[in-house]
Amino acid sequence: MLSNSATRYGMISIVLHWLVAVTILSLFALGYWMVDLTYYSSWYRTAPYWHKSIGILLFLAVGIRLLWRLATPTPAALSSHTLLEKRVSRITHVALYFLTILIMLSGYLISTADGRPIAVFTWFNVPALGELFPQQTDIAGAFHQYLAYALIGLTVLHALGALKHHFIDKDTTLKRMLGQSAH
Amino acid sequence: MKKLLLTAAIAAVCSGAVNAADYKIDTDGAHAFIQFKISHLGYSWLYGRFNTFNGEFSYDADKLAESEINLVINTASIDSNHAERDKHLRSADFLNVSKFPQATFNSTKIVAKEGDNFDLHGKLTLNGVTKEVVIAAEKIGEGSDPWGGYRAGFAGSTSFALKDFGINYDLGPAASTVYLDLTVEGVRQ
Repeated sequence: MLSNSATRYGMISIVLHWLVAVTILSLFALGYWMVDLTYYSSWYRTAPYWHKSIGILLFLAVGIRLLWRLATPTPAALSSHTLLEKRVSRITHVALYFLTILIMLSGYLISTADGRPIAVFTWFNVPALGELFPQQTDIAGAFHQYLAYALIGLTVLHALGALKHHFIDKDTTLKRMLGQSAH
Repeated sequence: MKKLLLTAAIAAVCSGAVNAADYKIDTDGAHAFIQFKISHLGYSWLYGRFNTFNGEFSYDADKLAESEINLVINTASIDSNHAERDKHLRSADFLNVSKFPQATFNSTKIVAKEGDNFDLHGKLTLNGVTKEVVIAAEKIGEGSDPWGGYRAGFAGSTSFALKDFGINYDLGPAASTVYLDLTVEGVRQ
């Protein structure tokens, strides 16, 4: 099934979820590593180029994911979940989206402050809006860095929650996102 | 008493006449530039500048040795026409601007040379490190401006190794030295 139902995730939601998850973790690792590259490293130019290209593509993927959320029902939380679990997971999910979007926007602001567009591989350029506020590159850079730490922290919480449901509660929370039926 | 006052007044006028005139560097009208260049890989020059600075100098053509100049540069205003590079230049790898927001130059000695040339000795503080530098300077000109003021202008250049000022990021062997060009125009106060 491609589409979601009231009780299970369809293939499109599942693929988008894991695609975004793997991309975010990869971009974090790449970003964390590339900022300390030395000038003569062969990756000095390539790593930021990939980071930015993939970041823009992630923005598109997250956009599609949000549109898909509107277009298809979101399966309800399992009835075995406590009210607290439902609330915490709801807040976490919203915050994951929110942080991801803010990180991508701040990344855009770092690179475009001088009017240069962002190249997405050799495929297309995302035009710059130029400097929208003073010290844009530095301020956006600080936001980009610390929001990324926050996002990864929240992702760990999110993953721990899923593992707790799987191994301790032995419910189908994680299995649902792996494409298995909720029953 | 009157005589004493008169003497004092004459003395004041005379001393004013022999003292070098004070000039404020015309940063408001951007008739002053602090630019740098550094080799890129040994293949070309990278140019940049500091957009925000201020300073003043005292100058008397007849008493050059008594002249002096003081500059305060806002290091965060570094501009190499590339936002990401400027962010890197402001970081702890280079200018460490959050810790050392100002660079200063205070002249200590002026040695006249041929014609309008002179050596401007002074203390340059950059990245929290103070070192003696010598700026090879030249007077460009002085005189009345069209708007009722009086101006004098100078150009100078110097160079130093980045590591002398605690900047150890490795840009390659050709880029160990940075060249500084300063052009200042002062308005007499």
